[in-house]
Amino acid sequence: MTTTSTPPLLAGTPERARFTAVLRAEWTKFRTVRGWVIAPIMAAVLCVVFTFLVANGTHTDFCTGTGNCTAGHAFVPTGPKGQAVADSYYTLGGRLTGDGTITTQVTSLTGVISTAPTDVAPSQAQQTRPGVPAWAKAGILLRPSTRQGSAYAAVMVTGGHGDRFQYDYSHDDAGRPGPVSAGSPHWLRLTRTGDTLTGYDSTNGTTWTRTGTAHLTGLPATVYAGLFVTSPVSFQTSASGARTLATATFDHTVIDGSATPSAWHGQSIGAGEQDFYPTLRAGSYHRAGGSLVVSGSGDIAPAVVQGLLGADTASSSLPFGLTVALIVLIVVATMFVTAEYRRGLIRITFAAIPGRHRVLAAKAVVIGAVAFVIAAVAAATAVPLGEHILHANGAYVFPAGALTVVRIVAGAAALAAVTAVAVLAVGTITRKSAAAVAGGIVVFVLPSIIGSISSGGAVQWLYRLTPAAGLSVLQALPRSAQVDYPYTFANGYYPLAPWAGFGVLAAWAALVLGIAAVLLRRRDA
Amino acid sequence: MNDAIIEVTGLRKRFGPTLALDGVTFTAPPGKVTGFIGPNGAGKSTTIRVILGLDAPDEGHARVGGHPYRDLRNPLRHVGALVDAAAVQPSRTARNHLLWLARSQTLEAGRVDAVLELVGLAAAARRKAGGFSLGMRQRLGIAAAMLGDPPVVILDEPFNGMDPEGIVWMRKLLRTLAAEGRALLVSSHLMSELQGIADHIVVIGRGKVLAEAGIDELLARAAGEQVLLQTPTPAEAYRVLHRAGGVTTIIDDGALSVSGLAARQVVAALGQSDVVFSEVTTQRPTLEDVYFQLTSGEAEFGTNTVQGAQR
Repeated sequence: MTTTSTPPLLAGTPERARFTAVLRAEWTKFRTVRGWVIAPIMAAVLCVVFTFLVANGTHTDFCTGTGNCTAGHAFVPTGPKGQAVADSYYTLGGRLTGDGTITTQVTSLTGVISTAPTDVAPSQAQQTRPGVPAWAKAGILLRPSTRQGSAYAAVMVTGGHGDRFQYDYSHDDAGRPGPVSAGSPHWLRLTRTGDTLTGYDSTNGTTWTRTGTAHLTGLPATVYAGLFVTSPVSFQTSASGARTLATATFDHTVIDGSATPSAWHGQSIGAGEQDFYPTLRAGSYHRAGGSLVVSGSGDIAPAVVQGLLGADTASSSLPFGLTVALIVLIVVATMFVTAEYRRGLIRITFAAIPGRHRVLAAKAVVIGAVAFVIAAVAAATAVPLGEHILHANGAYVFPAGALTVVRIVAGAAALAAVTAVAVLAVGTITRKSAAAVAGGIVVFVLPSIIGSISSGGAVQWLYRLTPAAGLSVLQALPRSAQVDYPYTFANGYYPLAPWAGFGVLAAWAALVLGIAAVLLRRRDA
Repeated sequence: MNDAIIEVTGLRKRFGPTLALDGVTFTAPPGKVTGFIGPNGAGKSTTIRVILGLDAPDEGHARVGGHPYRDLRNPLRHVGALVDAAAVQPSRTARNHLLWLARSQTLEAGRVDAVLELVGLAAAARRKAGGFSLGMRQRLGIAAAMLGDPPVVILDEPFNGMDPEGIVWMRKLLRTLAAEGRALLVSSHLMSELQGIADHIVVIGRGKVLAEAGIDELLARAAGEQVLLQTPTPAEAYRVLHRAGGVTTIIDDGALSVSGLAARQVVAALGQSDVVFSEVTTQRPTLEDVYFQLTSGEAEFGTNTVQGAQR
């Protein structure tokens, strides 16, 4: 022997090379083919460039009810936590200083629904039919001011969800169920004690049940308090929704505290031309005997705006660029294994590393890590860039929140990594570059392309069952149980939750990886 | 147990309707070059793939240094193999090709430079392997085989595509490696390539070992000397030589082979009868002849053998 001497191997002790050695070998293989290093970098560049182009091609016009359109967008209020909110209603109230309690009895809640869709100007949509949306609200509201998006707490009756106590747009506690009628009036009470607001309901005005409590920190001494009525867009009959108006009758309204009931006045909030939330009318009130009859239109809830506003999101410019990057990564991931089969190099690999599953695992780690880093860098660059361009073009970009942006970037990276690993497995199965690239694109990219250009129920299944479900990680618009809305793909909602969708993709990857592992063991190299 | 040994026992393998290996058994002993010879399609490469754990046999087993290949830790430190010289990623440099192999065996990068030096590719180390001639790729393959300084070296058709200079170098290298005590298994479809370097010969045909013996023993089995001559009148020459007691065969229009007569006797007999002739040569038995004799019995492969010999 010339240089090294090999320690003898004990008979009957099969030993395997350390996985780190296999990993280093596969990483060395990857980084020493220039094309495999350049292509992923190109993938990242293409992702950013296409995201820029998509964002740059997006121009938003804002049209008022009178048909005048200008560049820019409607006003969307921003809630206490930076979230987009709807804050449109009619209110009758005034100042309340210090602690206090407001009590009222709601004896009726009726409403009308426009027969025209929301894309028709309100002036043309006054033809109505009777109907109360389930989330039509009437009750007592308390907030620092009527500035849209400010904090609030409210206790209310609803069209179909019984009594509720809600605060700060996203918190919702259920009270007594059942609708309001003359035979079954609902009593409501809202109490302020310091920063603490408590809602109660009652059937008789004497026995009260606590519905919910909110702590609005920093609540000023003098706040706005009053009755309110609002009624959201109904999607029951039209995919684009119909404007609605609710009318509630309040009896026995009592203000207990430092307030001037005679100074109460009615005002319409968030029903102007510039406001994004579609309202039927501005709302109104009148006295009828001892009762107050209040009509209002709008919603106080999280904004669900894609369908109403055509809003863009932090990730809305990304899918095209990401798809382009994925295709490039798919080619590289395929070549990483099929090139070895084509050249016969796979025999040298398996002679050096007889544990074939370790080779597959090491290749998966290498290509998965490369795809993850590339897609993370690409998305982390493309998302803020796309957002910036959209802003510059006057578009409304739905505020995503830092955590959502982090999830979108990490999700895009994980999506690319799992796709690359899956395609590596496809390449191991087919052993042919063309077949694997074609198979990888058909299975892992085509569904999302089909999904992005078509609509209907089939698309929902595409994003539930096929690897395209992985794109759910890009979901930027939140869902809300407080808003009845068609949460469809056409409206910007993937049918599955981000990580559930990712799980579907991962399951596909695990399936092909499993098949590849079985074939690797069974087949001769 | 010596590490430097290959033991192949009763290998049987079927590819669809074809029985590729039909009970292959042989040993490649330490310190010797074992020539593994047979026509194309005889089962040489399949046997080598089974030894390297790449193909699974239906029956039988192969052991290297007493162990199944797949049980070896860092196998390139035990067995170096050249299976297919064309098996390189064209855009990867020769050095990087060896570097990933070294990484897989936890070998130092220094070994890469050492083996590049050994095979005379140091100057081409940073060139892309795709631009290499077949001869250079063979050298790269030898470098990969020697990376782990293994006690067992297996080379499948190492002379393919090599220029004369390369063949001389390769023969010298094989002798050196065997002299260091390693077991070498060198396959070829050309007996002549191994003449003078193989100590031990395994002849394979149609998936069976036709002969396994030392080189001397094998040569001794061959038929004796023959005299070849060229003549414009082969029929006349045949008659004369037949009368003189030679076993004569007309090879073609102008050539005959004679056995049982020395060249001197052939010339004398023809001279006496005024038969015109030219080019009288004596042919001693070669490995090639042994090979032909052994493989011609394998009717199906008779044709293949000739084609193989012509390449």
